[in-house]
Amino acid sequence: MNISPELAKIQQGIEKHAKDYGLDFYETIFEMVDYDQMNEIAAYGGFPTRYPHWRFGMEYERLAKSYAYGLSKIYEMVINNNPCYAYLLESNELVDQKIVMAHVYGHCDFFKNNQFFSHTNRKMMDEMANHASRVRRYIDRFGQDVVEEFIDRCLSLENLIDRHSTAIKRRRDSLADETQLRLLKTERGYMDSFINPKDFVDEQQKKLDLDKTKSQKFPNEPELDVLWFLMEFAPLNAWQRDVLGIIREEAYYYSPQGMTKIMNEGWASYWHSKLMTEKILKDSEVVDYADHHSGTVATQPGKLNPYKLGIELFKDIEDRWNKGKFGKEYDDCTDYREKKNWNKNVGLGRQKIFEVRRNYNDVTFIDAFLTEDFCIENKMFVYVFNRRTGQYEVNTRAFPEIKQKLLFQLTNWGQPIIKVVDGNYENRGELLLEHLYEGVDLQPNYMSETMKNVSVLWGRPVALKTVMEGQGKIYRWDGTEMKEQNYDAPNAQQVVSAFATEGK
Amino acid sequence: MILNIKQDHNRFRDIVKGKIRSNFKKFISNSDMIGKREKEFVTIPMPQIEIPHFQYGPKSSGGVGQGEGDQGSPVQGEPQDGAGQAGNAPGEHMLEVELAFEELAEILGQELQLPRIEPRGSKQIRALKTKYTGLHNVGPDSLRHFKTTYKEALKRQISSGTYNPDDPRVIPVRKDMRYRSYKYAEKPESNAVIMYMMDVSGSMGDEQKEIVRLETFWIHTWLKSQYKEIETRFIIHDAAAREVDEETFFRTRESGGTLISSAYNLAQKIIDEDYPISEWNIYPFHFSDGDNWSGEDTRYCLELLKERMLPLVNMFCYGQVESKYGSGQFIKDLEKDFNQDERVILSRIDSRDAIYQSIKDFLGKGK
Repeated sequence: MNISPELAKIQQGIEKHAKDYGLDFYETIFEMVDYDQMNEIAAYGGFPTRYPHWRFGMEYERLAKSYAYGLSKIYEMVINNNPCYAYLLESNELVDQKIVMAHVYGHCDFFKNNQFFSHTNRKMMDEMANHASRVRRYIDRFGQDVVEEFIDRCLSLENLIDRHSTAIKRRRDSLADETQLRLLKTERGYMDSFINPKDFVDEQQKKLDLDKTKSQKFPNEPELDVLWFLMEFAPLNAWQRDVLGIIREEAYYYSPQGMTKIMNEGWASYWHSKLMTEKILKDSEVVDYADHHSGTVATQPGKLNPYKLGIELFKDIEDRWNKGKFGKEYDDCTDYREKKNWNKNVGLGRQKIFEVRRNYNDVTFIDAFLTEDFCIENKMFVYVFNRRTGQYEVNTRAFPEIKQKLLFQLTNWGQPIIKVVDGNYENRGELLLEHLYEGVDLQPNYMSETMKNVSVLWGRPVALKTVMEGQGKIYRWDGTEMKEQNYDAPNAQQVVSAFATEGK
Repeated sequence: MILNIKQDHNRFRDIVKGKIRSNFKKFISNSDMIGKREKEFVTIPMPQIEIPHFQYGPKSSGGVGQGEGDQGSPVQGEPQDGAGQAGNAPGEHMLEVELAFEELAEILGQELQLPRIEPRGSKQIRALKTKYTGLHNVGPDSLRHFKTTYKEALKRQISSGTYNPDDPRVIPVRKDMRYRSYKYAEKPESNAVIMYMMDVSGSMGDEQKEIVRLETFWIHTWLKSQYKEIETRFIIHDAAAREVDEETFFRTRESGGTLISSAYNLAQKIIDEDYPISEWNIYPFHFSDGDNWSGEDTRYCLELLKERMLPLVNMFCYGQVESKYGSGQFIKDLEKDFNQDERVILSRIDSRDAIYQSIKDFLGKGK
């Protein structure tokens, strides 16, 4: 449903102010929905149509119930598309709608300009509808149970993509099939040793030989995009390959939203507060606005609120770059008082945060801008689970640990990193996966169920190299039973002891 | 407007009910919606099917939080492992709301499909209440019923021909006056007492007690929503039984042997003294790991139940909590003797996940 003329007028105002501040976004279309439609759209991940699958129904039930019981409420949704679509909840107060609109323009700007979104399909609305109709066609042909079961297996692997690659890989990389070194042409023979010097040629030859031995391996390099590998090399039917492709495509579409959660929410919150407090808010709305805003950025000890962390970091960056609190001179200064009152009036803050929103993701954002002062000011700490007392406890407030922990949580979206290392393991056409062990064990029962799913797709036994309780293990699922075998993982103990300080 | 999602939703419900794709059943868990009551977080069961992923084990990684507290102080609330699912719904604001007791009970009732309880006492127990529903022709002016009085006066004037439509003045006289008056109404009222008995012998560990605590919390919530007045009594026992307050009930850890009859004797005594059957609905709940001291005592317990307690109570519930020393014999003895008896409800609780099922066992009959 279209928004009311009154809201449309407000929207125009907000849009104009946002543009004046330098925000840059695709055309944004607001639609008014009731709570049930909102729950549906949210369950579908923001889209009006998705392929039929029970998990959307499960999500819908959760949202519908927690709304009915008054446990939660979705204020707004916005999807990364050109044009951007955003949904407003019918029952919201006018001031809520204003905040939501301002917030949405922050998101839209982020979607359009952050480089990690640059590969996403801006016509995803259409793409999702295409996916839906393709899957429906397969269901008509092969039966719902068959297709659904296959989708379940694919979904079990949906996190096995190469999140940090800036673009989705569309086809096989062409392998270096050159066997002969190409030399520069020389018309005069005596020049040859100058144009193609011997030691350079030798070096290149060596590299080529190395590539050749590599290309005998399969895959040449460990492959992070496990889904791509399966699509290319697993013995699948055409429809299965297509479904797997759909799941992968959607995983890549959603991936940057996971990678920039803190920044994206922080950016949108920064702009809704800027737009509201400086331009839009009427006197009578101040209290309601403050209530809503403080709810959005409220913190709980055990949870890190991405809205809060994000907005505070952006404000901190703006402040530091306004006052010139960066660079060698500032870093080298050892006088606490001088540092605290540092102000060179360079006024680069606004410019800097726009630059940050273009070039960073959560990992690099935290890595570059989380400072010790910021951690102290925001009372951050690391908590761990204490097995003895059976509860989570504050472990430390030391800056390096906080930063390390946070980066670890954010890297690869808090998911373990799994690579294909050998597609012809033990020369029997089996698949060997490797878990890049970083001190935290995989959940064993989930691991074995997931391996079974990989094995069904691969059609042959699947093995996984990982570390469990300080011991290197290779698990192998041969279709009927799971066998395990120890191997010497040189860094297993080391990594564990590095994390032992965290109360493992 | 019919939403597309309804199809997916029905499909999900069918899977949960095991109608289709029953091999999927193993992935169904009761994930919890989290609500908050006073300071405590309470969870509401929601069926959830989890798709397995390669993921980190629970509680191993910890995380980063914000707030007060020194090293070693517990983190309030429910920390999440890992970064949490950031993904699918962009810009979803969640808020947490405190729930009232009644709301919790209602949610529980809906989720577990608990029937409303038919109080046994409704036939016997009546309280007289006064209600201003009647009219009377004498009374104080403060209770004068204007509308009826006016009508009466109008009727009289029309029938006696003194009513003039051109000058519609109606003047009531003494006998037109009507006053509100009260009537006695009988109102059924029912009271209930829940008697919690718990085995605190050496074999009941902390985890077992926690299970009992969670389960009694929900039972109490539900029964409280069903009765106006509810009393609770707490009994702990090892080889001897004593009555305690709620605090002690959950904290005490005794050691030593187990004589279940001691608790039943004490419960019986309390019922006899304080709760006449004509006025009270009585719900004894007993939780134990089922390791009774001797077969002889078990026989005595069974006799006590059969002869004396069962005729007095609405139902007798026994929950056997699995402990690390294995599960005892007592539930089997009860099963043998009371297999056909509707008044006795038995439930095995082998882990926290079994609590919801157990509550359903106990309260699902609506008695």
